[in-house]
Amino acid sequence: MHLDIITPDKVLYSGEVNAVQLPGAKGSFEVLNNHAALISNLEGGKIRVKDAEGTHFIEVTGGIVEVLKNTIIVLT
Amino acid sequence: MANLKETRTRITSVTSTQQITKAMKLVSATKLRKAQGAITQMRPYAEKLKAMLGNLSGSIEDTSLAKYFEEREVKKVLIVVLTSDRGLCGAFNSNVVKRTKLILNTKYKDLPKENITLLFCGKKGFDLLSKLGYKNDTTFRDMFQRLEANEVFTFAQSLLDRFTNQEFDRVEIIYNHFRNAATQIITEEQFLPVDSEEFSGNGGMNNDYIFEPSKVEILGDLVPRSLKTQVYKALLDSFASEHGARMVAMDKATDNAGELLKSLRLAYNQARQAAITTELSEIVGGAAALNG
Repeated sequence: MHLDIITPDKVLYSGEVNAVQLPGAKGSFEVLNNHAALISNLEGGKIRVKDAEGTHFIEVTGGIVEVLKNTIIVLT
Repeated sequence: MANLKETRTRITSVTSTQQITKAMKLVSATKLRKAQGAITQMRPYAEKLKAMLGNLSGSIEDTSLAKYFEEREVKKVLIVVLTSDRGLCGAFNSNVVKRTKLILNTKYKDLPKENITLLFCGKKGFDLLSKLGYKNDTTFRDMFQRLEANEVFTFAQSLLDRFTNQEFDRVEIIYNHFRNAATQIITEEQFLPVDSEEFSGNGGMNNDYIFEPSKVEILGDLVPRSLKTQVYKALLDSFASEHGARMVAMDKATDNAGELLKSLRLAYNQARQAAITTELSEIVGGAAALNG
């Protein structure tokens, strides 16, 4: 599935991923392949991205995530 | 032909002016490219936000958001004036100033001056408008020196807060909208209260989303975020416009200097030739007199 992490300044991450762990407003949650459509608030924290190269952490200060048809978009 | 030397000095001075304008043009061109890059960069963000809002717009009448849409009787107004920090950019700043004055003298002419606050981003606006007797706010005057999303969002948040605290009943933004490098469109935008039409969206396109924690809370984050993005966009537009305007102004100045140089060189050469001719005829005349 595809992940985009976008800020107004730049694109923080864009690429194919296996799993994403997000700091949701009501606790951390993980998104895997074929996740149901979801829109959620994010709190400040780290996004854990698992892709072909390994695990990355990307820090965000809150935002919104939309999951739809294996495309995850994080606006922060 | 005493003006030979004079002309020569003028040629030197115009040449160096031309060099300066040429350099400024190049600098502006680079900065413009950067500023345009920033606009393109934020476009996907803005578009995605808009799409999400469209999906959610049904619950926009919710109470926690109504504060941004509330139309109050207009008693206190905040006008955000976006100009540049530096001059030499054609009509860029004077357009903003003209439009601001127009609004002050028409739309808000019945309001007492102390109820109108002008908030300046950019030094030029402050220089040209701060002495009109309205209240001035210079907290964010140096915004353009470090145009970053974080800073702008803080600024925008303060606008939202001051509106919801009823410090102001209306917030307007006057800026140069960036069409292309040569065209800026002077724009006045009512920022707050928000026109609810703008957020009506399509509403129908519902993909059965799961909302975490709830639709209302997400909207509570999404709407101010989108408003802040609007401010950021206006600032980026103004910044790109400034450099576009300066580039065009400096290009024209370089051309004009070229024209001026051409005519000066012509005058100089004519004067030089005339001097030589007189000298020659004097020598010939002198020789003839000796031989005669």
